[in-house]
Amino acid sequence: MIAEAAARIFADLADPQTINRAKNGAWKEPLWRALSAAGLPLAWVPENLGGAGAGVAAGFAILGVAGRFALAVPLAETLAAGWVLARAGIEAPATPMTVAPARPRDRIAIDADGRLSGRAIGVPFAQEAEHIAVLAESGKERTIALVAAKDCRLGDARNLAGDAANVVTFERVRPLRSAPAPHGFDRAALLLIGATIRSVETAGALEAILSLSVEYANQRIAFERRIGKFQAVQQNLARLAGEVAAALAVSSSAADTIAQADTFDEAVFLEAASAKIRAGEAATEGAAIAHQVFGAIGFTQEHVLHRFTLRMLSWRDDFGNESYWAAELGEHVARRGADEFWPLVASR
Amino acid sequence: MTAHLQFDPIRLPPECETLRTDVRAFLAEEVAAGTFDPHQPGHGDAYNRGFSKRVGAKGWIGMTWPKRYGGHERSQLERYVVTEEFRAANAPAHLHFVADRQSGPILLKYAPEHIKQDILPRICRGELCFAIGMSEPGSGSDLFAAKTKATKTDGGWTINGSKIWTTSAQIADYMLALFRTSPPTKENRRHGLTQFLVTMKSPGIVVNPIRQMTGKAGFNEVVFTDAFVPDDHVLGEIDGAWKQATSELAYERSGPERFLETFYVMLELIRALGPEPDLRGAEGLGRLVAQLHTLRRMSVSVAGMLQAGKEPVVEGSIVKDLGTIWEQKLPNRVRDLAAFLEPEILNRATLEDQLAFATMVAPKLTIQGGTTEILRGIIARGLGLR
Repeated sequence: MIAEAAARIFADLADPQTINRAKNGAWKEPLWRALSAAGLPLAWVPENLGGAGAGVAAGFAILGVAGRFALAVPLAETLAAGWVLARAGIEAPATPMTVAPARPRDRIAIDADGRLSGRAIGVPFAQEAEHIAVLAESGKERTIALVAAKDCRLGDARNLAGDAANVVTFERVRPLRSAPAPHGFDRAALLLIGATIRSVETAGALEAILSLSVEYANQRIAFERRIGKFQAVQQNLARLAGEVAAALAVSSSAADTIAQADTFDEAVFLEAASAKIRAGEAATEGAAIAHQVFGAIGFTQEHVLHRFTLRMLSWRDDFGNESYWAAELGEHVARRGADEFWPLVASR
Repeated sequence: MTAHLQFDPIRLPPECETLRTDVRAFLAEEVAAGTFDPHQPGHGDAYNRGFSKRVGAKGWIGMTWPKRYGGHERSQLERYVVTEEFRAANAPAHLHFVADRQSGPILLKYAPEHIKQDILPRICRGELCFAIGMSEPGSGSDLFAAKTKATKTDGGWTINGSKIWTTSAQIADYMLALFRTSPPTKENRRHGLTQFLVTMKSPGIVVNPIRQMTGKAGFNEVVFTDAFVPDDHVLGEIDGAWKQATSELAYERSGPERFLETFYVMLELIRALGPEPDLRGAEGLGRLVAQLHTLRRMSVSVAGMLQAGKEPVVEGSIVKDLGTIWEQKLPNRVRDLAAFLEPEILNRATLEDQLAFATMVAPKLTIQGGTTEILRGIIARGLGLR
């Protein structure tokens, strides 16, 4: 369905090998045009707000496929932005977008005249986005705002994979549109949906890495044998499969939870925080194993492996890293107490 | 794609939650009656005939089996709930657990009708304990190198040789064992083993307990000297046991018992940390929570696939590989996180006692029921590497 449509577009226009050889970013424009024509960037925006209304589960399915292609255009970010705007009933523009804040410690304030001030670091693809969906705060009031990226000051910064990840400074920026955030939608909720998005993409990237690694181990000859015949290599690849499986299971579980949930309750918190932690750990382990399998060739610019490994290693830091969510989750579990812990685990 | 791993987000259906409430109430009553202490896993007897019979009376043994054999025709997911609640509470289910998990299903598949009618209802009533006779002094992980011989005789087979590391043999009523009925062939080294149902009280069987490094007598050597097994106790194809082994693996390897074995130390850590842990304690605990949640979601997903009639052998092996390594490392993680707690915390003695026991138990977790190395070999085969 929609995920298959996405896969076809990625295969045609976002082949990682082709993009890795590209001299410039000329591949981006036709790719984005095709994605837009298929309604994918606004999949999470209801039809009455200008989107495709494809549903939460379908959107996550698209992102899993995007991870398998190490997609380097702001599709996930535009999906997230559309979703945030829809919470407040703000119509989504048909442009590349991103969301802010994207890190737990950042805060954007909104003053009495509705102007935004503050700084958000590591905002993914901010310099390729035309609009930013912002969650702004004033005391206990929360506002969702649509901001033109050109109205903000953008610091030039990139993640490990070379994708834009800018510092965005808001200096009394007047939003194009703004509306109160619905009850229960706060910074934690924004981070949780971002965390789940990154977990789903990471699981997709890990699937691709496993596939590439197994294929290589079955071809590469050393000591007169295919290296995949060596037990040491087999054990490493089995470990990699375990990490892929863990990331896949926990991220699809979190995505499913969000798709079924009416509010960002405890279930969403447990599932999404766990997904970000465990998928991040899987990215760390999985990248190391895959590079070990490929040896020196996998460490070259020319080889496609880094498109996956560096991207998923960078994703660990978006929307709260493993340590951040672990501390949050640990505090929550400790507060509930030992007798309530098993019931919480078993409730999912 | 060379490999496609599947872990769909299966949720337990509503009937499971009703069942869970019943199971918790039952376990609470048993704890109140002094049957077992959930906080003292190293103490007390894990084999409890009275308890197993009460579990049987509740209908929680052989839950998925046909009613005509005493079963209850409930789902794999309902069985999953009972297993995980028992495990999380450290309930003393050793007596019936192996029979419920794997011996019963094998009998259902391969035993003659009159044997099924005789034995399965007694398993369901919690009356029977089963042992598994696979390893031998000269063969452990290399299962198909087993040498203990079954020689054809009048009306049955004569058994000579020995099995080792046999859990529960000291009290088991029956053993499901692999014996050599023919030599392996050049083409197939796995050929020649046959699965038998052995009545442990038969003459010619001697059980020698082997004390484990924990101080407990958990496993045994079982010596067969001209022991007799009748023809109708042959399970499945003669010389063809290797064909019967694989589909059971997913059942045996993916359950909650494969990551909850040392779970009690995590609960005790939460108690020790208190409601407001420091950052190090909170972060360390949070990671363990995320890892445990992930393992459980993987395990439930495999249970869902089993319920749907699939044979997720690779996925099941992955759950056991990750799960046993996690539960093995858990005592040391807890030890690390508890290192700077105030000396006078209330549950320090319990925590230290539990850590001592869990630390001693830990080495066996990645050995029993298929070593890490064997599991990874199975996973590698599933990936297309061998």
